[in-house]
Amino acid sequence: MLKDAYDVAVVGGGLVGVATAWGLAREGCRVVVLDEGDRAVRASRGNFALVWVQSKGYGLAPYAGWTVRSSEAWAGFAETLKQETGLDVCFQRPGGFHLALSEAELQARADALKRLHNQPGIVQYKAEILDHAAVKRMLPDIGPEVAGGSYCPLDGHVNSLRLFRTLHTALNARGVTYLPDHRVEAITREGGEFQLVTARGTITAGKVALAAGNANMRLAPMVGLEAPMLPERGQIVVTERLRPFLHHPVVTLRQTDEGTVMIGDSREESTDPRGLTIGVSATEASRAVRMFPLLASANVVRTWSAIRVMTQDGFPIYDQSESHPGAFTVCCHSGVTLAANHALTVAPMIARGALDASLVGPFSARRFHVQAAG
Amino acid sequence: MNESYDLVVIGGGPAGLAAASTAARAGLATVLFDENPGIGGQIYRGITANPVRNRAILGEEYWAGTALAAEAKASGATIVNGATVWSLDASLAVGVSVAGRARTIQARRVIVATGALERPFAIPGWTLPGVMTAGAAQTVLKAQGLLPNGRTVLAGSGPLLWLLAAQMLRAGARLEAVFDTTPPLNWSRAALYLPDFLLSPYFKKGLALMREVKRRTKVRAARHIEAVGTDKLREVVVDGRRIPSDLLLLHQGVVPNVNLAIAAGIDHRWDARQLCFVPVLDADFGSSVPGIAVAGDGAGIAGGTAAAERGRIAAIAAVRALAPDAAVPDPQSARQRLQREELGRAFLDELYRPPKALRRPEGGTIVCRCEEVTAAEVRKTAQMGCEGPNQMKAFLRCGMGPCQGRLCGLTVTELIAEERGRTPDEVGYYRLRPPVKPITLGELASLPASEAERRAVER
Amino acid sequence: MFKRLGDTGATLTLTVDGKPIRARIGDTVAAAMLAAGIDHCRTTPVSGAPRAPYCLMGVCFECLVTVDGVGSRQGCLVPVAEGMKVETQLGKREAGR
Repeated sequence: MLKDAYDVAVVGGGLVGVATAWGLAREGCRVVVLDEGDRAVRASRGNFALVWVQSKGYGLAPYAGWTVRSSEAWAGFAETLKQETGLDVCFQRPGGFHLALSEAELQARADALKRLHNQPGIVQYKAEILDHAAVKRMLPDIGPEVAGGSYCPLDGHVNSLRLFRTLHTALNARGVTYLPDHRVEAITREGGEFQLVTARGTITAGKVALAAGNANMRLAPMVGLEAPMLPERGQIVVTERLRPFLHHPVVTLRQTDEGTVMIGDSREESTDPRGLTIGVSATEASRAVRMFPLLASANVVRTWSAIRVMTQDGFPIYDQSESHPGAFTVCCHSGVTLAANHALTVAPMIARGALDASLVGPFSARRFHVQAAG
Repeated sequence: MNESYDLVVIGGGPAGLAAASTAARAGLATVLFDENPGIGGQIYRGITANPVRNRAILGEEYWAGTALAAEAKASGATIVNGATVWSLDASLAVGVSVAGRARTIQARRVIVATGALERPFAIPGWTLPGVMTAGAAQTVLKAQGLLPNGRTVLAGSGPLLWLLAAQMLRAGARLEAVFDTTPPLNWSRAALYLPDFLLSPYFKKGLALMREVKRRTKVRAARHIEAVGTDKLREVVVDGRRIPSDLLLLHQGVVPNVNLAIAAGIDHRWDARQLCFVPVLDADFGSSVPGIAVAGDGAGIAGGTAAAERGRIAAIAAVRALAPDAAVPDPQSARQRLQREELGRAFLDELYRPPKALRRPEGGTIVCRCEEVTAAEVRKTAQMGCEGPNQMKAFLRCGMGPCQGRLCGLTVTELIAEERGRTPDEVGYYRLRPPVKPITLGELASLPASEAERRAVER
Repeated sequence: MFKRLGDTGATLTLTVDGKPIRARIGDTVAAAMLAAGIDHCRTTPVSGAPRAPYCLMGVCFECLVTVDGVGSRQGCLVPVAEGMKVETQLGKREAGR
């Protein structure tokens, strides 16, 4: 019945999946997005919404260039989405900070930036270390314990939940089929087509793009690919809506366009998204109050924990299958930052049927074997 | 306040008071946390410092709370008012905030007695100043001796509506009208349970109340209620009829206040008769999380007298688990009294089952008051493929404001169920996490963290 | 909107947006504002719409006010005190107060 109904089946309805699906639909593909249900482990509902450049790429220099490319494409991406849906995802690139609460933290930060930018072949962009006084000129509400920080003018942020909604709205308007509660159990390839088996029926498509976050680890081997993942839990604390006071995002603290302040960036070795470690939230809150003492009286109205999509080395994986031509993986931690790349660069490659090695070659999962062998 | 207790009771209504008394008398180190300035919960609000001199106004049912409050005070339990419990987890650590200071208290057993709240009544204009819940008017009548002053309209259905109308009339209030939204067809379904109801204590009380109200004011049947005004309520429109009004009091039953229990990880299920989520409990009101019981209306709506019995039963179980040799009352007699109290419940549930049209709003009617999300937005997003309240929250921010879904959760679940052709049980409820009530960032920052917890953040 | 039932005991004075109002010992801030005929206590941080206490039992968060300089207090849970300074809260709360 559904035989060859779709050109591409995108597995995963999170930000990576829907950005890719949107890009595919723009290329004229008939696309189906297969998603899990309401209680799925959803990294896209639990992300911090940074479009972030500084500190990306230590250990894999091309990642820095790939990140800068997306950052540069983001404004146009947001504008296109606005024209299509009328929804503003509030992309801003005012430059962002990484704040240090001691001289030791500041020195560690300076060393890390130096190591990153000293790598051969890395794209060069401005990222500087500022002392307390220089930071205070841009972030007047910092507390006395802030020793300084690093600043990069390419850093920005977005309303990520609205981005999520906007992409779903755009998919809907473009006639993309969205199938929630369709967890993919098996993928087979017969007669040049993929069959994706779910409890609610089998979907047939010419190509498959695996964009299922940590679940790619389970799915990729079904099409002769691999996605070594290392999921971890992160927690976020959110305050009530406040009048705008913070005009630059900090890597662990930002004020959203709605006025709430998001505080976070914890890492725990847990894969249970339901739990919450109060001591972790307390540490996040404590650092936030030391950075911005005026936040002490703000009410915390929500917290959440979510499982980070994390590959084993932290860098994205983009691959095409040799054994199962037409199968691709699109897998990364920074689904917000890289959304523009996934929509505007990766999706067209998948539509054409081949990844462009000059752009995404370094991100093949084959690197894990090279490292193991080396 | 100690750092740990045998039993922490959360909520100072009838269930919490009875539980704390029973446990403390049996020798458990017991603390009762209640958020309000005084004990009594909602039903016995203001019971220890009531400004209403004429006892007839509130009725003998209300004053029955005096004995419970006195018993709790004499029991040896530590009672802390103005204490907001914002966290509870499977380790039985209770996060509580008192006078602007947060701390965690370790319990060996916990009884959640957080009671009920009024079912969302999302009609056009329900966010206007001048529109309140009937329970709100009752609260200020009980605790502060305040009575509506201007043109007042009551609308909705359920026992509390009649009780409030009677109390206000006794106190000398003038009501413009009472609009009863009980669907007439409910009577036929309820009739099946009439024999039990006739035997229950609610039968005579209820009938007397209805007679009292109907004798003194006009009660009309109504289907569609709308509050109209720009800056505040100007008129109530009932089935097309416009009634200039200063105050509209809404009520369509109460539902368990589930936020703390859900955040604690307790399993809940949809109760198809009461149209709400209720915790899954054993005969002693023990929940799916070992050591935590849920008593009172939080365990499913049964009323104040039943709540006290549930509290006793849960407390007896806690005593037996922690101090097997301690003397406790026989739970059988509490169970029998509870059974009698619950006898007429099915009839009341069926009779006062709110109509779909008043549970599942349409168009521009606000569903989430905090984030100002409309029914049309929720419905449209569900049609787009959004299958559950957590995804809905991500798309529309409903449930993300300070009330954390208390005023929109059931509506959102029901709207999704309708649009997706699913049952509310399949759709489920918001995932909730501590703090279930706001605490300040400074309070959160003051809490202890282990070395590992610090390292999870400071890298 | 509300009046007091006859003899209601000792009173005290607090201010709401600088204007003195009489309240009864045992009132909550929200009850005192209702008794004083103050028809809204805040405007929302989303659309700026006026809101007034709705549930008076601590669950709806409509009665948020600034009490003695601290914003977003639930007026229905805070008992009044002599000389207390209450302010209606307009839109988003200001960070630091």
